[in-house]
Amino acid sequence: MNYLLRGIGVLTAVGTVSLLAFSLPSGVAHGDGGGDVMPRLTHKNWQQECASCHLAYSPALLPRASWQRLMGKLDNHFGDNASLDPATQADILRFLEANAADVGTSQIGRRVMRMGAKDAPLRITDTRWFVGKHDEVPRAAWSRKSVGSAANCAACHSKAEQGVFDDDTVRIPK
Amino acid sequence: MIKPFALAMLALVSTGVAAADTPTTLMAHFAQKTGSPVSALSAARGETLYRSEHPGRAGTSVSCASCHTANPKHPGRTRVNKRIEPLAPAANPERFTDVAKVEKWFRRNCMDVLQRECNAQEKGDFVAWLSQIK
Ligand code: HEC
Ligand code: HEC
Ligand code: HEC
Repeated sequence: MNYLLRGIGVLTAVGTVSLLAFSLPSGVAHGDGGGDVMPRLTHKNWQQECASCHLAYSPALLPRASWQRLMGKLDNHFGDNASLDPATQADILRFLEANAADVGTSQIGRRVMRMGAKDAPLRITDTRWFVGKHDEVPRAAWSRKSVGSAANCAACHSKAEQGVFDDDTVRIPK
Repeated sequence: MIKPFALAMLALVSTGVAAADTPTTLMAHFAQKTGSPVSALSAARGETLYRSEHPGRAGTSVSCASCHTANPKHPGRTRVNKRIEPLAPAANPERFTDVAKVEKWFRRNCMDVLQRECNAQEKGDFVAWLSQIK
């Protein structure tokens, strides 16, 4: 089943939530718009639990092995305690695995893998795909107070929470 | 930054997924666990817990106020710099309305700041302080 069909299935299932969570770009054949739009995915626990400290990063940005490592130690999650009850944790991991860069069918995932992510990095910002996409961003911009961290995608990508990362919606804040 | 995502979460809450707790029922819940009446909870102790600085990472100090700001009616910031809606119910009626959510964040944030879990008395004091802020 391709992403669009699966997407529609999920959309009908979770109705309003997914409609509100992700706007639908028109004329997209795959689940994503190529290089600058993340696959449209909805998953209640993921959206609820993985978006309180940062945006819910698309599972297509890291391979399966990365998500397994990351979800295996949520009590020390980059220094934060992001622990969950075991059932919720397992449920989110299943979702991340099914849509990971090397498992799902998104173009972004394929690119992330093609650039090389076999060593299961814990950070999206450490993948060669990410570094390549941002090679023109001045070094100092990452640590600017208004940005705080490269992981704070929404500081520069104003529609990041809707999965949109195109040129029209990016602006490095002062 | 109340983005569509936040609205989606609101939609979830309003469809009745969340439990119908209030700051008052939560204070009763924590007081009962300590075996003392609600009147034994102390807003002053709650404020001290909120403001006390503890050794954090790399020589810095950390408190509840580090993320939730000195004024809990103001929005805060996570370590990734994402906005946190205010913690005081006076500024954010969503707060202290779901015991599971409250317990989850007490567990995480007390471990983060105090390197241990908070006990029922501390949790009750904390809610008592925040809920009397006008
Ligand atoms: C309690 C807060 C908190 C929660 C909840 C949380 N995270 Fe994080 N996350 C962080 C912090 C802090 C970082 C480190 C960011 C930095 O270095 O700037 C991070 C970083 C990440 C990164 C790496 C970002 C990068 O640098 O490329 C990924 C991936 C990630 N989180 C996934 C998740 C997933 C999946 C969940 C849900 C199970 C989750 N997070 C829940 C706080 C949290
Ligand atoms: C400091 C600001 C900043 C942050 C933070 C940031 N980006 Fe970017 N990003 C940019 C800029 C600027 C560009 C455009 C680069 C160009 O076109 O040369 C870009 C480009 C991209 C692109 C390529 C879009 C295209 O048209 O192909 C993607 C995808 C992307 N970013 C994803 C992310 C993700 C995911 C995060 C968070 C993990 C993130 N970015 C964090 C500034 C940022
Ligand atoms: C590293 C940042 C950080 C620190 C430090 C921190 N918190 Fe939080 N806290 C958060 C985030 C993020 C949330 C969830 C935000 C949301 O639900 O919008 C949260 C939510 C909460 C909630 C949930 C309230 C509700 O009903 O929604 C409680 C209770 C809480 N924090 C207590 C504390 C206490 C007690 C301390 C100090 C011991 C503390 N926090 C320190 C980041 C932090």
